[in-house]
Amino acid sequence: MSRLEVDVAVTRGSFTLDVSVTVGSGEVVAVLGSNGAGKSTFLGALAGLHAPDRGAITLDGRELGGVPVHRRRVGLLSQQALLFPHLTARDNVAFGPRSSGAGRRAARETADRWLAMVDATALADRRPAELSGGQAQRIAIARALACEPELLLLDEPFAALDVDVTPAVRSLLRRVVRATGVTTLMVTHDVLDAVVLADRLVVLDAGRVVESGPTAEVLRRPRSAFAARIAGLDLVPGRSCPEGLRTTDGTVVGGMHPETLDDGEAAVALFAPAAVSVFREPPKGSPRTTVPVRLAAMEPHGELVRLRAGVPDGGPGWVEGLAADVTPAAVAQLGVEPGDEVWFAVKAAEVEVHPAGR
Amino acid sequence: MRTTVPRFLWAPAALAWLLVAIPVAGLVVRVDWPNFLGLVTSPSALAALWLSLKTGLATMVLCLVLGGPLAVVLARSSLPGLAFVRSVVLLPLVLPPVVGGLTLLFLFGRTGPVGGWLDREFGVTVPFSTTAVVLAQTFVAMPFLVVSLEGALRTAGQRYEAVAATLGASPFTTLWRVTVPVVLPGLLSGSVLAFARALGEFGATITFAGSLEGTTRTLPLLIYLQSQDDLDGAVAMSLVLVVVAIGVIVVSRTRDLR
Amino acid sequence: MSTRFRSALMAGAAAVLGLALTACGGSDSGSGQQAQAPARTLTVSAAASLTGAYQQLGNEFQAANPGTTVKFNFGGSDALAQQVVQGAPADVLATASSKTMQTAVQAGKIQGEPVVYATNSLQIAVAPNNPKQITDLAAMARPGVISVVCAPAVPCGAAAEAAEKAAGVTLTPASEEQDVKGVLNRVQTGNADAGLVYVTDVKSTQGKVTGVDFPQASAQGAVQSYPIGVVTGSQNADLAQNWINFVRGPQGAAALQQAGFVTK
Repeated sequence: MSRLEVDVAVTRGSFTLDVSVTVGSGEVVAVLGSNGAGKSTFLGALAGLHAPDRGAITLDGRELGGVPVHRRRVGLLSQQALLFPHLTARDNVAFGPRSSGAGRRAARETADRWLAMVDATALADRRPAELSGGQAQRIAIARALACEPELLLLDEPFAALDVDVTPAVRSLLRRVVRATGVTTLMVTHDVLDAVVLADRLVVLDAGRVVESGPTAEVLRRPRSAFAARIAGLDLVPGRSCPEGLRTTDGTVVGGMHPETLDDGEAAVALFAPAAVSVFREPPKGSPRTTVPVRLAAMEPHGELVRLRAGVPDGGPGWVEGLAADVTPAAVAQLGVEPGDEVWFAVKAAEVEVHPAGR
Repeated sequence: MRTTVPRFLWAPAALAWLLVAIPVAGLVVRVDWPNFLGLVTSPSALAALWLSLKTGLATMVLCLVLGGPLAVVLARSSLPGLAFVRSVVLLPLVLPPVVGGLTLLFLFGRTGPVGGWLDREFGVTVPFSTTAVVLAQTFVAMPFLVVSLEGALRTAGQRYEAVAATLGASPFTTLWRVTVPVVLPGLLSGSVLAFARALGEFGATITFAGSLEGTTRTLPLLIYLQSQDDLDGAVAMSLVLVVVAIGVIVVSRTRDLR
Repeated sequence: MSTRFRSALMAGAAAVLGLALTACGGSDSGSGQQAQAPARTLTVSAAASLTGAYQQLGNEFQAANPGTTVKFNFGGSDALAQQVVQGAPADVLATASSKTMQTAVQAGKIQGEPVVYATNSLQIAVAPNNPKQITDLAAMARPGVISVVCAPAVPCGAAAEAAEKAAGVTLTPASEEQDVKGVLNRVQTGNADAGLVYVTDVKSTQGKVTGVDFPQASAQGAVQSYPIGVVTGSQNADLAQNWINFVRGPQGAAALQQAGFVTK
């Protein structure tokens, strides 16, 4: 297992990227940023496409600058699967082992093992033209990992997939990345990718790191306005249960499971602040998940008003930072102000429970 | 989505097609059919046909071996002066083949710098040999392979090659196991075009290589010679060449369509 | 396109000519000569080997016949004969072989009998000063000598074959060229040691190759005849006949001999 240390500066036209990131051995780090934040420049520098003006990239103490790409032992999975069109799925996966000198038979066995790992044994003899986008990306995952890279780079790996296959491919990638323990660095603009896959989050804005830390922490207590805007979702950590998610204090948040999750697996419940209703009194006989909060702040949020939750006396700590977006009329009708105790409620249909980085 | 072709394009389009098709059809009408088989199987016809196929294939191989690497360099490297190199490669497309033949003659002829040296040191005379035919054909056919292969390489882009490198493949492995298979259709159609061009080569060959049955007299040279005194034979051999050419084009186009 | 253009030109010229002829009708024997001579154009289709001699004669003819323009159409004899048979406008046909002339005669395109007024015979063309000492056909057939001839299908090749037969020598040429200029080029560029060409061709190089005479050059079938005739339907038959007489006359003989022909 290998530790990655990156400290680079790249100038491309008027844009300057200056980033320092460390990925611990076996750790999964997501670099999150909107378009133009410098994600692809950063990845290009790592992959050896742009020479950095300054800095060093070391992998397990090995300086990568000047090392040809094929000797770097850095795997890359990008938006497009880019399976070699003339090879079957199996031969695509066997390509890496073959290139590093494995015999035909050994490479084939390795390929079959990896195909099984991504549940694609049945697709082994198909050509890329006969695969769907999700299937192709699964093969691409197997191909990238079959050469046992010391570092795996993920470049918006789900951006080109259909929305209905994304959750399955994402949780599959999570499973195999965890199983192999490969040091992984992912760039993405999708918070969900970071939530599901990453242990740690690095938020990039205008070529600089504006925030970094454990994923759940950064998203729940964004210290920069930029991270808050990127997050934009209510997030509750816990463990998966049949009804949805169970928090550490035993509260059950009802929700949907877009991808299969084992009971008790680490997970997060995600929902939009606009899906949260606010009540003075606990609503009776409601199918919704309700939780008492102390109103910490009220701020305008576009057409709506965003109510920020704080922890009430004796209440669960995880409600800290939850947001509810309500209409100004509703606020007037409720007649609440900061410091008041209110109830937040959300329907199970509005909540998605995803697996979480540890 | 199919768009409608503007109506005013039909007439010139039809004319363009007829301009090519009618003379060829005229050839078919003009053929002395009762004696056709005899004409195209005469010893000199068979010798020319065999020589044309043999030299055409040799030319194709030479174009592949030399033009293939050149196309890769043109498509993938960033050497300064690449535009100049490319325009030189394209010259034979624009030059009259006779000019190509003359330049080859001045280089490889007995009094030329290379030919003179070969003659003095090894007693090898390049003109009047089958080698000269292949050289002349390669001169005119090379751009066809280089252009279509370079186009295929550019269309394929470097994405697959970049992926192959991240999978640990050396540049050499990448070339053989990724680049070549990915551009194979372009490589094949380029080779077939080069072969077809070699089959039809006349000007450079007659200027540089001469004309001798079995050694340098390819099908087009025989047709031209026969047109002087045996028009029926010339027409019959022309038809053979047309049929071979159509076959070659069909083969290369169907590869493209796949 | 160019033939169409040319025939349009000819039609125009003929129309002008017709007018001119009617206008001047009957004035031949009188004092017409001092008046402006009618503008007339004589078109001569001639074998390419005649180019040098004919161009010189054309100028002399024009000088002797004010108002007359001589236009030449030089080319391969076979092609010229074919053109005349197909009705291309020409007043005189002068080919480089009796065989090609016969094509036009058989098609009824020549008035009367064509006359042979000159011959051309073969020479061995070698590099200046004859470094390989090639003195006859046998020497040309020596191993190590690169020889070039015309293909038997073309007239100069047929002539070469006849000469070989007469000499009892079989050449193994490195190439059988399409025409005599091809043979000449091979020798001139030093790629061939010897080639069979006509005396006129050797002369035309002005010393770049040397011509070697050999006895079989005069053998049956080796000598090239140059027939000439008036094309049937010519609008200028009288002028055409004048041209033929001129070519056969002393001035013509001089020019032809200078070019290497043997005149009759």
